[in-house]
Amino acid sequence: MGLRSYITTRIILTIPMIMLLLTIVFVVVRVLPGDPVLLHFEKYEDPEAVQAMRRRLGMDKPLIIQYFEYLRGLFNWPPDLGKSMQDFQPIAQHIFSAFPATLELAIYSMVIAVIIGLLLGVRASRSYNKPLDHIIRAFGTITYAIPVFFLGMILQLTFGVGLGWFPTGGGRTAAEMEPVGLTLHLGIPAEGFVSPLLRSLPAGLAFWVLGLAVLRWKHVKFWRKGFLISLSAFFVGWLVWALGAWYFMCAGGLHVSTGLYTIDSLLEGNIAKFAQAVRYLFLPSLTLGLVLCGVFIRMVRSNMLETLRLDFVTAGRARGLKERVLVYGYALRNAFLPVLTMMGLQFAALLGGAVLTETTFSWPGLGGYISAKIMQRDYTAIQGAVVVFGLFVALVSLVVDVLYAYLDPRIRL
Amino acid sequence: MTLIGLVMVLSIVVMTLLAPWISPHDPNDINVGRPYSPPSFQFPFGTNHLGQDMLSRVFGGGAIMLQVAFLSVLFCLLAGVPIGLLASYAGGIFDKISSLVMDSLYAFPGLVLAIAIAAMMGRGVVNMALSIAVVYVPSYFRIVRSQVLTIKELPYTEAARATGAKGHTILFRYILPNVVPSIVVLATVNFADAILTSAGLTFIGLGVEKGEVPDWGWDLTDGRASLLGGAWWIATFPGIMIILLALGFTLMGEGLSELLNPRLEQ
Repeated sequence: MGLRSYITTRIILTIPMIMLLLTIVFVVVRVLPGDPVLLHFEKYEDPEAVQAMRRRLGMDKPLIIQYFEYLRGLFNWPPDLGKSMQDFQPIAQHIFSAFPATLELAIYSMVIAVIIGLLLGVRASRSYNKPLDHIIRAFGTITYAIPVFFLGMILQLTFGVGLGWFPTGGGRTAAEMEPVGLTLHLGIPAEGFVSPLLRSLPAGLAFWVLGLAVLRWKHVKFWRKGFLISLSAFFVGWLVWALGAWYFMCAGGLHVSTGLYTIDSLLEGNIAKFAQAVRYLFLPSLTLGLVLCGVFIRMVRSNMLETLRLDFVTAGRARGLKERVLVYGYALRNAFLPVLTMMGLQFAALLGGAVLTETTFSWPGLGGYISAKIMQRDYTAIQGAVVVFGLFVALVSLVVDVLYAYLDPRIRL
Repeated sequence: MTLIGLVMVLSIVVMTLLAPWISPHDPNDINVGRPYSPPSFQFPFGTNHLGQDMLSRVFGGGAIMLQVAFLSVLFCLLAGVPIGLLASYAGGIFDKISSLVMDSLYAFPGLVLAIAIAAMMGRGVVNMALSIAVVYVPSYFRIVRSQVLTIKELPYTEAARATGAKGHTILFRYILPNVVPSIVVLATVNFADAILTSAGLTFIGLGVEKGEVPDWGWDLTDGRASLLGGAWWIATFPGIMIILLALGFTLMGEGLSELLNPRLEQ
């Protein structure tokens, strides 16, 4: 099976899975015992108010019609995730603006977990059965057994309150929330368009020279092929450089907003904002990363132990390769593929932990949204957020599987 | 490792069972001491904002968590194992459909699903256990199914079939006993997860009604505000107890899986 047909099959298989996932959420919220509207009013039950809310949310219709309306809303663009029980406004806007915060937290936590996992896992495998190995394994087991919000509190107390290095919570206030999405506003710089082009000309020439050097090193003939390639290097380099110059010359003119603060601030060239974003992100993502790292430590360790026994490592050692080169250059590369699969599998666990972490650190993501909505007994909003969480995980596992198939041809067989 | 874990778990269970006799105060009595008293001889773990004795609350606080974890594992066993056995042994359309449903459930972020279910079902030990169980049933299903599929093809099963053993005899007499070790390991690890998940549900505000019985999850959640204010003892001791309990089960699980699958051991 080729890569393309594997990807097609995988995507087709995702469709029933997503339908089931959507159905499960619907069944949990609307069908299972526990009427969301009655639950919302709790003890205070005014039949008229209950009926009015049912009507406004479309919950007075038969379940099967509600189900199809729910699906139809989701397949619209932009998707309709239903209305809030609080103010009967569509919740999609809130959820989509909260999502990047969760995504950013998830990405950095995963990065931290994988880095700790790789470093400690390799370290443990190199000192197999020595005290350090046991300490690292114990570390992995204990971090796994800590309730994530308790770890969050401890870190808040130490680094936030005690040492004062990092803020204990917040980071994005409602006022700071920018319209999320890829909004690209290109302004005209004060000096006009010619100036950035002229100023970038030397850079373009440098790219030409660089291209020529690389081609010579690769033994490509200069006349026609080498000349044409290096000429295109000149143009591409010149234009990219000019775009960059344009970008920085019209500060504020170009505005990219992905909702990921660390990336936005870098794109804006605003280092102060970047530092601020990192300061707020650090403790929450460290918390989540620490809780997750145990799984990676254990996996990297056992994979490395297996790999280091293989013949090619012995052969490399026999030929006098340095141990460091062997471990990090050769063995680790083999141990990395399972780490990728594990990243996909752990992503769901990470998002679960994110709900608790976001609540602990008042991080205004989707998890914080869910826990706030639980307090308000806003069950339709909870339903919407849970749907988004589920779809996100389905998407991530699809991407991981495709990536894995790309990296490891055996999987496609 | 199994032994250390077992000792940890058992001592916590015994402590919780004996709580009414060993607690110096009634865990729900308010103002036994001044509110927010730090640890002292009189109150080794201090008191909380209501002046309740934290030591007594820590002694008895595991009851709900242990019940929830036990019930959820029980529900998982009752649902996951039979469905897994049936799906793998019967095969066909039932296998396909149940696998698809279980895979979708498995792919869902566990805690998020548990939160949704717990929010809809309302408070209570059984409801919490059920919502946690739904999340973990797919793991049991998958492990049972894959094991049975392997064992079904082994020569001894074939021999049993050749001698004329009936379907259910083969399933319960020859296949099930070989699946049990993996289920035991999974259940032990599941205990640890269920404890952490129930603590998480409590933290989000979906635990049992507050104040009925002392609960580590509630005290940990309650102590959060005081923790940042400097009263570290309110959250710390219940938190440590949760860690010890989860750690005990994790160690047991790791030890058991090494014992039962010697090949995995390096």
